[in-house]
Parts: sequence; structure tokens; C-alpha cells
Amino acid sequence: MSTTDTYYIPHKATWPVIGTAGLLTMLAGFANYLNGSSIGPTMMVLGLVIFIIMLTGWFTLQATESESGMYSTQVGISYRMGMMWFIFSEIVFFAVFFGTLWYTRNLSVPWLGGEGTGAATKELLWPSFDATWPTNGPKALGVDESGARKFGAELEPMGAWGLPFLNTLILLSSGVTVTWAHHGLLAKNRDQLIKGLIATVALGFLFVSFQAYEYHEAYTEMGLTLGSGIYGSTFFMLTGFHGLHVCIGAIILSVVLFRSWKGHFNPENHFAFEAAAWYWHFVDVVWLGLFIFVYLL
Amino acid sequence: MSAVVAEHDDHHDDHAHGPAKGLLRWVITTNHKDIGTLYLVFSLAMFFVGGAMAMIIRAELFEPGLQFVQPQFFNSMTTMHALVMVFGAVMPAFVGLANWMIPMMIGAPDMALPRMNNMSFWMLVAGISLLASTLFMEGGSPAGGWTMYPPLMLQTGKALPFAIFAVHLLGISSIMGSINIIATIFNMRAPGMTLMKMPLFVWTWLITAFLLIAIMPVFAGAVTMLLTDKFFGTSFFDAAGGGDPVLYEHIFWFFGHPEVYVMILPAFGVTSTIIPVFARKPLFGYSSMVYATASIAFLSFIVWAHHMFTVGMPIAGELYFMYATMLIAIPTGVKVFNWTATMWKGSMTFETPMLFSIAFVVLFTMGGFTGLMMSIAPSDFQYHDTYFIVAHFHYTLVPAAVFSLMAAGYYWLPKWTGHMYNEKIGQLHFWLSAVSVNILFFPQHFLGLAGMPRRIPDYAVQFADWNMISSIGGFIFGASQLLFLYIVIDTIRGGTGEKVTDEVWEDAHKHGLEWTLPSPPPYHTFTTPPAVIPTEHI
Repeated sequence: MSTTDTYYIPHKATWPVIGTAGLLTMLAGFANYLNGSSIGPTMMVLGLVIFIIMLTGWFTLQATESESGMYSTQVGISYRMGMMWFIFSEIVFFAVFFGTLWYTRNLSVPWLGGEGTGAATKELLWPSFDATWPTNGPKALGVDESGARKFGAELEPMGAWGLPFLNTLILLSSGVTVTWAHHGLLAKNRDQLIKGLIATVALGFLFVSFQAYEYHEAYTEMGLTLGSGIYGSTFFMLTGFHGLHVCIGAIILSVVLFRSWKGHFNPENHFAFEAAAWYWHFVDVVWLGLFIFVYLL
Repeated sequence: MSAVVAEHDDHHDDHAHGPAKGLLRWVITTNHKDIGTLYLVFSLAMFFVGGAMAMIIRAELFEPGLQFVQPQFFNSMTTMHALVMVFGAVMPAFVGLANWMIPMMIGAPDMALPRMNNMSFWMLVAGISLLASTLFMEGGSPAGGWTMYPPLMLQTGKALPFAIFAVHLLGISSIMGSINIIATIFNMRAPGMTLMKMPLFVWTWLITAFLLIAIMPVFAGAVTMLLTDKFFGTSFFDAAGGGDPVLYEHIFWFFGHPEVYVMILPAFGVTSTIIPVFARKPLFGYSSMVYATASIAFLSFIVWAHHMFTVGMPIAGELYFMYATMLIAIPTGVKVFNWTATMWKGSMTFETPMLFSIAFVVLFTMGGFTGLMMSIAPSDFQYHDTYFIVAHFHYTLVPAAVFSLMAAGYYWLPKWTGHMYNEKIGQLHFWLSAVSVNILFFPQHFLGLAGMPRRIPDYAVQFADWNMISSIGGFIFGASQLLFLYIVIDTIRGGTGEKVTDEVWEDAHKHGLEWTLPSPPPYHTFTTPPAVIPTEHI
């Protein structure tokens, strides 16, 4: 380990510009796809491949440098600050959708039902609409089997005590296993580190599988889709972005697991593990918010 | 504590002490000065692109009736002018200054996360490219205003997803840049450089970086919902599905109000840096400046709905946002007072940076006062969406944010290049800009008060005279900026030929560590932490 009074400065970096090119290609491809252009999917795949190559290359470089003891304590602090504020920005991103849920549920839907200053709104727009939650809106955008528009249709909410509760237990347990792994790392017990990580990754992917099943149920059995008015919009946006983050977190933890297998990390120097664990706890806490505000209340 | 730059064997190549050869240097650089230069050059280019769009707008408005462009294209121009200027010119210019100056001001060898620094610049280029590509698309570039309100924005043609993803990329770029600035300031300061000894430019950027991390994800979330509303059948902003278009306005302005402070707080920092040097006095009220900046940043999060007084909020909301907005005048007043008090009884000289800074103080105050007028909810019903608001925010952005960037450019160009700029042409540039910017924007107050709406390509004949005067001011202002371009290029190529000293400006070494370094500074500065920290700026 270097000491605090040395500066570490990397001199040349090719991965950032490659990663940017990948992301740009991917997003331009996605935009083309949304516009119905046939080149879209190809660009998306190409961009994704470049992006994955960048991630692999850049993180391999970082891991190699870290293992060769190039990072000083100061660099470690910079990385930790970076990760901390990155997670903060992610929290803000989720806050937008939680805020949207709060606003629509407590303000805009009641206004449509005539509450507050919404009396005229109700009379003039959809007089027969009664504000309830969940709702797919006063003029449900979907059509029923006969092709007729559904007006203010009843909507069955996603229950909290089935799969979602199980998923809560799964994520909370994974928070425990990752901490157990951390203790193993600190105690130089590599076996415990690896077992803890395997359990965490497995629980993470189990969570995602259950959620995929839940989505399947919602779409095929319950008729609950992204298009199911504001309930469907907020439900899928919140749980969908969370599920995406669980996937990302599980992939990060898999990389950390792989590195642990290769003998990386020691009790003093294991930023990657810490960052992954912080990210995992963040994903965990967001889920608790989701369980309470999306499913339970 | 002594320190050296860690030069590890596996990094001991030929270029360890200098830049890579050729054009590739600029692509793969991790050097804060290189990246700062990239940001500054890019933002200057975008300043002229956005400026050209403004010229189109002013040409069309020169006379009533439709002269040059179609209304749809005109609306594209107002939208793109705003997006390019905000995200392509002003913000990157301040990030460029931050990259160049923060490490030198706090005695650090470089930014804390140099590779990510490189990526945040290229993400910016990617975002702006995606945005600019919409100009050539079927249906034209976005024309719904830079605020992108639904449902109007959802009528955009093929440009919509490109514009949305551009916002995502620009957001990623800003967040990366901000994280880097925070980590640099908290973790890379030289021994003895305590937080309350930092130059105000560093302080204002620290606070701005926090603002950016807290707001860019909000904007990203808002436009993501626009995207899903348009393409995936959600109804966030559609009342038929239980959503509410007003929700978008709330989310947007929760981002948007702090965002306008992102563009002005670093300008405060620049002004607080320059005025003491040319008044030859320490900055008056250093700590009150820090606290005022932090207060302004905090307040910026709780006043957003003053942008939407006419949307039909409950009366309690109108009153709350009105009074909360007025509160901002207090810390802002502290700042203006301190700048004035710094100049009081100083032995002032009026080189170009000082001229721009004084103009900043006067004209920003003017923009601030019209802001106060609009914070009064009942009056705002008259001003809303008129040229009065256009005049207001252009006063806070052009003779304020842009002037402070000009001041910073003249102030630090000799340090960056080692050459002195041509003071005569610099002062010509200042006077042309300062006079024409008032001819350009002051009449817009009258137009707005008389009821001329913003974002229209044609207008009633009663507005003709002031529009023509405004356009003339606009053309002079636009043309004057070519002088700045000339001066920058000329200075890089040798300027007046006069070799500048390390401190460039008289006694500048008392005001910041950057003036203790050679002009131009070596590729890597502070390979050992500076031993003495000047404290006289306090």
C-alpha cells in the first residue's frame, strides 16, 4: 500500500471515449428503433457490445492497478466519495418516481374526482369518475375484449403479501449475507467471503426471477400493464427501474465474487467490494420504500 | 508532510511528464488542464452556434410579419437556442474553468478522478451531438420550448427520443463532472488549505456541484416519463389515465430552478475572485459570501413553483412560493453589497476583466430586481410568458453569467497561455458588448409589460419599434463577440508579444495559488503540495 503523501495520476485513458461511443450508439439506436427505423436494433446491439467491452476493459484495468498496489489511501477516498455521490444521484432519480406516485395518488387523482378545486374539472371532464386508488384513470386507455373502451374500469392492485413479501425477505436476507461476506473479508476468511457473495448473488437473481414471474402474471392474468393508467405507469416504472438496479447490483456482485475467487482484496484494500455492498444496500432500501408505498399502502 | 507524484514503473513511458503526441492527446487525455481547455473550446464553439440561432430569432423579429423562417422553425430556434446555450455553452464553460482552476487553486496535482473527467467531457459532446442531429430530422428539432412541457412536447416528430436521450447523456456528463469536483475539493486540498481558506470560486463550484447531483437525475426522470408517455403507453402526464401535465411542470422546475443557479453561482465565484484583485483589497465579507451562496443554493430547492404561478395552484401555494422566492433577495443582496464594499475605497484599475465584473454586478442586480417583480404572484399574472420574463432571464444570463465568463477568460488567459491579450481590443469588446446588450434586452421589458408574448415569430404592429431596436442591439452584440474569438486566438498565438509574469496582475499572488505558478503553468502542477497557503483573500 502506498501512503497518503503520494499522488496517483493516470496518464492516458482510452476506455472513457470508447464507453461514450458505445453509449451514444446504443441510445441513438434506441431512438431510431422508437421512430420505427430498421437500423435501430442493430445499432443498439452494437452499442451494447462496445459498452460491455468498455466495462470489462476498464474494470480489468482498475482491478489490475489496485492489486498491484498502485492506489494510495487518498485515491481510495476519492473512489469512495465518487461511489457515495453516485448512489446519492440514484436516490434522487428514484425520488422522482416516488414523488410522482405521491402526487398522482394524493393530488391529481382526487382532483379529477372533484376534490379541492377540482369540482369543475370533474363536472366538465369525466363526471362519472370516482377517485379511488388504484385507478387506471377516468378514461381507461385500454380496450376490452369486444374492442370497446374501458371507462374508469376497476383495477385489481398487485397484492403485497404474496411474492412481493417473499421478495422483501429475499432482499433483506441478501443484505445480511453480503455483510457476512464483508466480515469474512475483514477476518481474512476467504471461504466465508466467497460463500457470502454466492448467497447474495443467488438471492439477487432469485429476486429478479420472482419479479419477472410477477410481471408475467400482471400482464397475462391481471391485465395490469404499463398502459393501465396511472397505477400501471407508476407500478411498472418504480418496480421496473428497481428491478433493473437489482440486476446491475447482482452483476457487480458477481464481478466482485469472481475477483474474490481470484484472490483479490485484502482487509485494507477492497474498495470494489465496499462499493458493491453499498450499492446493494441502496437497492435494498429502495425496495423497502417500494414495498411500503407501492404494494402495502 | 512532503509529497511527490507517484510515478510507477509500469507508467514510466515517454509521455509520463507531458501530453501524448498528436490529436490523440485530446481524445485520451486525463490532464485537468487539457480537459479544461477542451471544455472551454467546446463551449465557445457552442456559444457561437447558439448565438447564430439567436440571430435568426432576432432577424425574424426585426419587423412584424413573417420574413425569413417558418413558425415551426422559429419555435425550433427558440428551443434549441436555449438548450444549446444552457447545456452546451454556459454550463460547460464553467466546468472548463473548474477543471483548469480548482486543482491549481487548492494546490492539487489534478482532479481526483481523472479518467472519469475525460468521460464526462465526451459524454457532453455525445449529448450535444445527439441534440444537434435533431436539426436535420423529419419534423424538425424540438420546438416545444426548452422546458419540454407535455402535451405540446409529445407532438415533436422524430426528434423527440433523440432530444430525450441527449438530456440523459448531458445529465450523466454533469453528474460525473460534479462528483469529480466534490471529490477533488474534499480530498485533494493541499495541507493547510482549509475549507474556509478556499477561494470563493472553489466554494461556489462545490455548492454548484451538489446542486447538479441533486437535480440532473430529476430532469432525467422527467424526460424518461415523457418518453414512456409517448412510446410505451404510460399516462404520467395524461389526465385521461389519472396523470397530470402539471406534474411535469412541478418536476421540471424542481430541476429547473436550481439549474438556473448552476449557471449563476460559479459566476458569483468568478466575480468574487476578480473584483478584489483589481480593487487591490481583500474580498469584503468572505465568510458571509460562503454562507450566502449556500443559502441561495438551499432556497433554490424550495421556490420552484414561482415559474408556474398561472397554472392554477391553490392560493396557499401561490403565497408560499411568493414569499419563499422573495427570501432569495436577502443572500443575493449580501453578495452585491460585499462586491460593492470590496470596491469601496479600493485603488481600482479598470482592465477588461474588471470592466466585465463591474458590469456583472450592475446588470445582474438589474436582472435580480426584475426577478423580485415577478416573484409577486398577482403581478406575475401580467408578466407570465411575456417578453418581460425573456428580458429578466437574459439579464441574469447574458450580462451576468456570460459576462462573468468573459471576465474569467480575460483574467486567466494570460495565465493559461503565458501571453497577454490585447487590452485595447479587449476594452472595445467590453464596451460594445455592455452597450449593445442593454439595447438588446432592455426594450424587451417594455415589450413584455405591454403584453407581447414570448416564443412567437410574429407580433402586433404596436410592438414594432422596440423589437427593431432590440434586434439592432442583438446584431451588434452578436458581431462584437467575434472580437472575443479574435482575441482568444490572438492571445494563444502570442498576443501582444509581452511575456507575462507569474502573477500577471499586480499583487495577484495574494489572491490565489494559481498566480504563484509559472505562466503558462507546467503540464503537471503541484507535484509537491505547496507549503505556504496565502490567506490574504480572507
